Amino acid sequence: MTVGIVMLVHTALNRAEQVARHWAAAGCPVVIHVDVNVGRKTYNDFRQSLHDVDRVRFSKRHRCEWGTWGIVAATQSAAELMLRDFDDVRHVYLASGSCLPLRPVEELIAYLNDRPRTDFIESATTADVPWTVGGLDSERFTMRFPFSWKRHRYLFDRYVSFQRRIKYKRKMPNGIVPHMGSQWWCLTRHTLSAILEDPDRGKYDRFFRRVWIPDESYFQTLARLYSHHVESRSLTLSKFDFQGKPHIFYDDHLQLLRRSDCFVARKIWPQATRLYRAFLTDEASAMKRTEPNPGKIDRIFSRAVERRTRGRPGLYMQSRFPNWGWENGMTCAPYSVFQGFAELFEDFEPWLTRATGTRVHGHLFAPGRVEYAGGQDVINGALPDSAAIRDYNPRSFLTNLIWNTRGERQCFQFGPADAQKIGTDLAQDPNASIAVITGAWAVPLFNTNRNFGELRAEAARLQKIESKFVERLRAPSAKARSRIWSMAEFIEAPMESLQNLTDGIATRAPRRLTEAPKMVDLTGFGHFLQNLKNQGMHPYLMGDFPVTADTPERPRRQPKPYLVQK
Amino acid sequence: MSVAKKYRLRLQRRRWLIRAVRRRRDLSVVANRTSQIRKRDILLFSTLRNEHIRLPYFFEYYRELGVSHFLIVDNDSTDGSREYLAEQPDVSVWHTAKSYKRARYGVDWLNWLQMRHAHGHWTLVVDPDEFFVYPFCDTRPLRALTDWLDASSIKSFAAMLLDMYPKGRLDAEPYHPGQNPLEITSWFDAGNYMITKNPEFGNLWIQGGPRARVFFRDTPQKAPALNKIPLVKWDRRYTYVSSTHNLLPRGLNQVYDEWGGEKASGVLLHTKFLNTFPEKAVEELDRGQHYAASVEYRAYAKQLRDSPELWCKWSEKYINWRQLEILGLMSKGNWA
Repeated sequence: MTVGIVMLVHTALNRAEQVARHWAAAGCPVVIHVDVNVGRKTYNDFRQSLHDVDRVRFSKRHRCEWGTWGIVAATQSAAELMLRDFDDVRHVYLASGSCLPLRPVEELIAYLNDRPRTDFIESATTADVPWTVGGLDSERFTMRFPFSWKRHRYLFDRYVSFQRRIKYKRKMPNGIVPHMGSQWWCLTRHTLSAILEDPDRGKYDRFFRRVWIPDESYFQTLARLYSHHVESRSLTLSKFDFQGKPHIFYDDHLQLLRRSDCFVARKIWPQATRLYRAFLTDEASAMKRTEPNPGKIDRIFSRAVERRTRGRPGLYMQSRFPNWGWENGMTCAPYSVFQGFAELFEDFEPWLTRATGTRVHGHLFAPGRVEYAGGQDVINGALPDSAAIRDYNPRSFLTNLIWNTRGERQCFQFGPADAQKIGTDLAQDPNASIAVITGAWAVPLFNTNRNFGELRAEAARLQKIESKFVERLRAPSAKARSRIWSMAEFIEAPMESLQNLTDGIATRAPRRLTEAPKMVDLTGFGHFLQNLKNQGMHPYLMGDFPVTADTPERPRRQPKPYLVQK
Repeated sequence: MSVAKKYRLRLQRRRWLIRAVRRRRDLSVVANRTSQIRKRDILLFSTLRNEHIRLPYFFEYYRELGVSHFLIVDNDSTDGSREYLAEQPDVSVWHTAKSYKRARYGVDWLNWLQMRHAHGHWTLVVDPDEFFVYPFCDTRPLRALTDWLDASSIKSFAAMLLDMYPKGRLDAEPYHPGQNPLEITSWFDAGNYMITKNPEFGNLWIQGGPRARVFFRDTPQKAPALNKIPLVKWDRRYTYVSSTHNLLPRGLNQVYDEWGGEKASGVLLHTKFLNTFPEKAVEELDRGQHYAASVEYRAYAKQLRDSPELWCKWSEKYINWRQLEILGLMSKGNWA
C-alpha cells in the first residue's frame, strides 16, 4: 500500500516537476492540477517534461483564486482521478507545487502504513480557534461571498457589512458542524471516497461554493462525518504570518528544516537551490539525521509575528514610529528622575551612584549643555551633549538615551531651570519614576550672592514652572510613578524617603543605607523665605519653614552623619 | 485626508511627471542597452558626477546582489566615468551637462528614465556611494526580498541612510579603485537619530548621525535628511518628490508601522567620507549645485579645515546587518 500525492500547482513549474519526480521515484503516484491561469503553452511544456514518468497524471484544470471554491474543485477532481486510477493508494496526501518533502518518502509510507485508518487533517470548530485574520470566522459559513476579496475588495467589504446589517444567515446543510484547519491534509481512501461519493455531495458543494475560503473548511468539516479516527494535525509544516499568508523558507533555513519532525514543508522559495538539492535526494545520499526540534521553528516564526505586530518597546526608527498611545512603552526601560535632590544635598550624584549602582547623570536638560554622568561630551550611541540638538527633538533625545543604555538603569536630575518641553513626555511615561522635592530650587538662590531684586524675579519664575510640572504629574492622565514632597516635609525624615527611593531602583539586593548624602546647610533659609514673602513673592512650594526654627537656638550638635538606628 | 488635499497632491504629482517628461531633452544617449531588460529584472538608477574611482566596487556589489540592469545619468564627468560606464555590458548611460540643481538634484532625470523603462519593475535608486543592506542580505539575494514584498503586497521599502566614517582623519587612508569602501569607513553612529513625521507627504523625516553631531551641532534643523525609500515596485505614474526621501502617491511613503509593530526595512551604508571627500566638498561648494544653497557643503568646508574627524569613543564598528537589526536601525519585520 502506498500514498498518492495530489499536487496543486500554479507557479514555479520547474520546481513542481522536480518534486513530482521525487515522489514518483519512491513509487508514489502523483496527480497534478495546474491552475487555468497558467498559459496553454507553458502547461503543455510542463506535461511534456513529465512525459517519461509513469505514475503521473494531470487532472481537469480549474481556476484557483485564493479564497474561492476553485481550489476545492481542483482538489476534488484530482482526488477522484487518484482514487480511480491507482488502486494501491491507501492515503492521499494533498500538497502544493511549492511543498518540499523533508524526510525520505519511504519514511512517510511506513508511517502511514502503521496508521492505516487515521486521517491527518487539522480540523477544529470555528468557535474554539482564534486563527482567523480579518474577523471572519463563523461568518465564513453563514454569509455569502460572491465577490473576490483580492480583486473587488470594496464590494466584498460592503456586501459583508450589508449582510451583517440585515442579519442574513445561511443554514448549514443537514446540520453539519463547521470545522476549519490547514488546507494541507492526508486522508485515507475510505474517508476521501466517502466524501466524494456522498449522495448529498451536490448539496454540500452548493453550500460551500459560497463559503469564504472553502479550502480551509470543506474537507475539514466533511471528514468529521465519515472518519474513524481523525488526528487533528497537518503533516505539512506550514507557518503563517499575521496576515494569514504562509512564511516562505529560504536556503538559510536548511538547518532549521532538518530539525523539523514534519514530512513536508511549505512554502519554499523557488530559487532556494540549496534546499531543493539537500532534500530531493534518495535515501542513500540523504544527509545524516539530526534530532528533531520543531520548537525552534515555532519560536522563530512566532517571534517574527510578534515583531511585526508589537515591535520592540521604546524603539523609534524608520519602520516603527507609533502613534501617540500605541508605543507599547514610550521608552524601553525604567529610569528615575530626581528634582530638587541635587540642590538639597551637596554630593547627591556620587552618593546615589554608590548607593544604587546605577548611572547617575546631572541635569540632562540643563540650558547650556547636556550634563552626562562624569562630564562626558558624548555618550552611548554617540549621543552628543549639544543642547541645541537635544532641544530640537527632546523626545527623541530621551528615548534614544534610554534605548542606547539598555541594561543599565539611568537616573538624572531635572529642575525648573531646565528645558521644560520634555515634561509632558516624562509625566506620560510609565517607565519614569519621578521624585520631586518641591521648592528645593530656592536653596541655590539662597546660597548665591545676587541682588535681591533679581533673586525675587528668578524665584517667581522657577516657582511657576515647578508648580506646572507638579500639576502635570498629578493629572489623572499621568502615567509616571511620582513621589512628591514639599521641602519642609522631606527634611523632617530624609533618610526614610531616601531609603524608599533607593530600594526601588537599586540594581543590587536592597540593603540598609549606611551612608547619607550631606545636606546643604540651611541655617537662615527660613529668613530668606520670609524676605521673599516680605517682597510680595510668596514661596509656597517648599512648605512651612518657620523663621525661627532654624535660628541657632538649638545647641548645635557635633556634625554627625545621619545614622539610622535599629 | 480631505478631498482638496488629495487633489492638490495629485496635481503636484502630475506636475513632477510633466516636468520629468520635459527634462528628457537634457539627456543624450551614450549607451542604450535597455533592450536587454527582461520582464522580471531588478533595475538600478543613479545620477553621478566624477565618481570613477568608486564605480568598480559599486557594480561588483550590486551585480552580486542581483541587479540586472543599471541606468545611469552622467552629469558631465571629467574623470573618465562616462567612458567606463559605456563599456559595461549591463549599463545604459545618458549624458547631460545641464544643471543638477535645475533638474531638482537629478530627480527629474531619473523620474523620466524610470517612467520610460521601469514600469512594472522593482527599482533601486541609489548614489554610487550608497550600499543597500537588507535583512538576510548575506544569505538571500535581492530577488528573495522583492518576491517576498510582492507576496505581501508591499510596493515600497525603506532604507535609512547610515553615514559611515573612518577612525581618525578622513584623509588618512587613501581609497583604491575596486576596494570595498567599508574597509576604510567602517564606523557609524548607532543611536542619535531624531524622527518627526512630515504631515504633507506622510513620510518620516530622520536627521542625526555624525553629520548632525559634528557639522550641525548648533543648527540641527539644517542637518541633512536621512530617510530614504530606494526600493520601489515602479509604476509609470509614480514620482520621487525630493531625492529618494519621499514619493507620490503618498501611500508609498507609508513604510513604517504606526500601531507599535515593526515593518521590514534596510539601510543604505553611506560611504561618502573617504579620503576623496574633503576635495570633493570644496569642488561642490564652488559649483553651488546642492540643496539649500549647498548649506551642507558650506558646513563641511568650514569644519573640515579644522578637524576632519568624525569618529568618537561611542562610534560603533560595522559588522553585518544583524548588528544593525539589534541596534534598532533596521528591522526584519515579519520576514523570517
